[in-house]
Amino acid sequence: MTFYFPTQSLSAFPPRLSPAYKSTPKRSPSKPLILMKHTLSELTGPVYGQDAVQPGDDDLTRQHAGEPLGERIIVHGRVLDEDGRPVPNALVEVWQANACGRYIHVVDQHPAPIDPNFTGSGRCKTDANGHYKFVTVKPGAYPWGNHPNAWRPAHIHFSMFGHSFVSRLITQMYFPGDPLFPFDPIFNSVTDETARNRMISVFDLENTVPEWALAYRFDIVLRGRNQTPMES
Amino acid sequence: MTLGITPSQTVGPYFAYGLTPNGKYAWKDTFGNNLITSDAAGERIRIEGQVFDADGAPVTDSMLEIWQADAQGRYANPADPRPRNSTFQGFGRTGTDGDGRFVFDTIKPGSVPGPDDKPQAPHILVAVFARGMLRQSYTRIYFGDEPGNADDPILALVPADRRATLIAAKSVTNGHPVYTFDIRLQGDAETVFFEI
Ligand SMILES: [Fe+3]
Repeated sequence: MTFYFPTQSLSAFPPRLSPAYKSTPKRSPSKPLILMKHTLSELTGPVYGQDAVQPGDDDLTRQHAGEPLGERIIVHGRVLDEDGRPVPNALVEVWQANACGRYIHVVDQHPAPIDPNFTGSGRCKTDANGHYKFVTVKPGAYPWGNHPNAWRPAHIHFSMFGHSFVSRLITQMYFPGDPLFPFDPIFNSVTDETARNRMISVFDLENTVPEWALAYRFDIVLRGRNQTPMES
Repeated sequence: MTLGITPSQTVGPYFAYGLTPNGKYAWKDTFGNNLITSDAAGERIRIEGQVFDADGAPVTDSMLEIWQADAQGRYANPADPRPRNSTFQGFGRTGTDGDGRFVFDTIKPGSVPGPDDKPQAPHILVAVFARGMLRQSYTRIYFGDEPGNADDPILALVPADRRATLIAAKSVTNGHPVYTFDIRLQGDAETVFFEI
């Protein structure tokens, strides 16, 4: 059976050219994109074996001898498709700065401390109900050179695979109430306010663990699959 | 019920230690740039190229993902019900290096079904991610030595003077087939990208 992935859904995405984010003008296409009907190539996508994720890959606080500094948090939610159905066995990969806003990436040289007990990479797979869960620390804000005194709101980078190669999504999860939101051209590249707010996690008191961790819920909605089989 | 989808955001400059650690960071790669499995039938090929920005400067912090069928034109996914005969998965990922270069080692894909049951010429889907790209761009690699390109229904959608940007030229290095596929994100020779 073939499924149709509505392209209208893409209106929630930021435009590729978003000049306030200064790296976009030289890296966005200037010629029209070619519209096409999805073929089997677009309607399929990678499926993973059990070895893609090892036990413990979902706990970013236990990858080193000691515990990382910072506010321990649980980040969890469901991966759904736009028809509201859970996406089971979906691979979720995350990366983030440490509690001081410093990445271990060699290119990040801003003067905030590296945490020897924190790498900031994690991965997991969704369960049969599309649910995923990570344990980590809350990342700090960090400066970047986009405009004078530009700082990114605290965020965790998320990478997801869904039903097909066209539902592939890389996004960023933000934290509620961040005072940097109005000043961030990457967050605000999403012009539709309702869509933009879908990137903000929700503080989740019910799933906090007393004396141990706060919790945030972040549900992710991927493209497809509209239950309209294409007529053959 | 229809839910709004979660917007895309850039992969940023710091994805490597999470998505493409490649031995440089203390994290295991989920996927790499060698797709070949020992049981996969078909011709072993290398695909290599460079990613450039509007000024022709190499893009040294991009990530490419590829998705393809096996040599018999079958995808390793339940939406393709045709039985397969190997563990070939057809998915690869790599970052570009300090010169904007990338390499994939894979199997040359077979022809796959297209619209109205007409065959498509062999091709590989590519998703391009980078700092400065708020969402991935999709393109396709076709193979310069495939006569089927002339009848391919997707290439036919592309203006004739831009089709060459999708066709990888074949050469032979140490007896092995190598296809060169450069990606230009913008400019006169801009690679054709698809809205899918
Ligand atoms: Fe970041």
